[in-house]
Amino acid sequence: MENTTKDYSHINGWGIDADPANDPTYPMKPHRTDDEQKGYSWERPTQQSTSVEVLHSNERPNVTAVFGTSTPPSGLSGMIRRFAFKYSENSYLHWLPLIFADRVNVVEGVVDDLAHGHIPNIFAEKGYKAEWKHDKIGLLTKFAVGIVLVGGVVALISAKAGKSEDDD
Amino acid sequence: MLAMNYRGPKRIRVTQKPMPEILHPEDAIVRVTRSCICGSDLHLYNGNVPDTRVGMTFGHEFTGVIEEVGSEVTKVKVGDHVLVPFNIACGKCHFCKQGLFGNCHESNPQATAVGGIYGYSHTAGGYDGGQAEYVRVPYANVGPTVIPEGMDPDDAVLLTDVVPTGYQAAEMGGIQPGDTVVVFGAGPVGIMAAKCCWFFGAGRVIIIDQVDYRLEFAKNYAQCEAYNFNDMEDPVLFIKKTTDWMGADVVIDAVGAEAAGNAMQTITGRKLLLQAGSATAVHWAINSVKKGGIVSIVGVYGPTDNLVPIGNVLNKGLTIRANQASVKRLLPRLIDHVMSGRLNPKALITHRIPLEEVADGYRIFSAKLDNCIKPVLISPSARM
Repeated sequence: MENTTKDYSHINGWGIDADPANDPTYPMKPHRTDDEQKGYSWERPTQQSTSVEVLHSNERPNVTAVFGTSTPPSGLSGMIRRFAFKYSENSYLHWLPLIFADRVNVVEGVVDDLAHGHIPNIFAEKGYKAEWKHDKIGLLTKFAVGIVLVGGVVALISAKAGKSEDDD
Repeated sequence: MLAMNYRGPKRIRVTQKPMPEILHPEDAIVRVTRSCICGSDLHLYNGNVPDTRVGMTFGHEFTGVIEEVGSEVTKVKVGDHVLVPFNIACGKCHFCKQGLFGNCHESNPQATAVGGIYGYSHTAGGYDGGQAEYVRVPYANVGPTVIPEGMDPDDAVLLTDVVPTGYQAAEMGGIQPGDTVVVFGAGPVGIMAAKCCWFFGAGRVIIIDQVDYRLEFAKNYAQCEAYNFNDMEDPVLFIKKTTDWMGADVVIDAVGAEAAGNAMQTITGRKLLLQAGSATAVHWAINSVKKGGIVSIVGVYGPTDNLVPIGNVLNKGLTIRANQASVKRLLPRLIDHVMSGRLNPKALITHRIPLEEVADGYRIFSAKLDNCIKPVLISPSARM
């Protein structure tokens, strides 16, 4: 490899992977074969059986040989997700509904918690215990700002309501 | 079993979930011994990745012991202690055959633009991840790699993502001996990228971030220059001045969607979600690299659009290289670097957190509390 004027002997491993044979553009194919231009030309792995609803991109003809079964679509968010998957990954009508569905899903999660008699411990879920331990001032500031903002909104709404009653 | 459970943006908890099952003949069930919280997990945590469903378990960096294997698994056996690359790859498809294990076409039905990734939303396949006591590992003949005898498990768990992603960032930079390389982002991946740049013969490595404790760590760990962009009038101008007004030969974006430093990008990308995250780092990278230079992107962005100066890419004749790390391809080389002492990944680990306290772990990492660089979650069985 090329010599440089500086001494890098203090850096363990300097230049060890600088061999030009280690093409940094890898993986770049040196050539193509006709077989590789025939779509699904490889021997596909065994197909995982479909035990849950799996939405798949319409940019592919099938479900992949394996897939996750973590959280199948359900409820209103599931309906929105099914709508989203009618559109390709190239479309905002795919991604924006999915983001919206995620937010709906959060509400569904809270409702589900309450339905099962579980009141979410927001303080714990947000990791505020750690923040209290390591950054009390930051956490208190955050709460103070929140209280001021909520108080401001409540005061604004109250003032408007009072004005409406006066007008009546 | 205990598992991290996503409840909404910045809300997670640990709950009991059913044990994972063998669903495919090439599956394995792994009892997790180490799992990390990754910077890219914060995109999920903040609710920025589409199709992140409530109830999902995150975690794509983990090691564990094989507890059960499917009928077609031959490369690993029950009892093996393995590190599991974050990519789920079949090893047979058009892309895996090229070594593009991060772009497998048989592991993610929900999106064609990315292969399957453990615990990374349904946009990356809908798999539960390793921030749990047990996890299902598909294609166990391809991904899981037995941890070499004598390797520290803390080193092994960082070989599942941080080390290969940092290394590939440097590799994709096409670094020539003597090159000046700028790395944006002094998180674990950025620090590792800075370290690996030397392996390719870099002449000068500069890392830029806004968190002083991380910059100090990077300066010592990666033996590089480290600067805080808050101390600069303009980071691009700084780089131009320090490179004789030419720009860096190679610039690496190791930040991704959570980038700070540009109010417009922060508001539109992180607050309003009008773009797929804040593209500040890639914006700076394009503008600070020299004409004809290379921008290497390993920072993660969402699947929609970002505001970047694409006109400058054209006018400067830039090459942009980017990908999810191809962990499987890089492992033999990186295991050698670790075992020979050239890389010491475990030095990045600053926090060991019980799995039961995962919510605190995410808060510490995301808010950069307690000088956190890399948190590792330890499940109950691994603490015995």
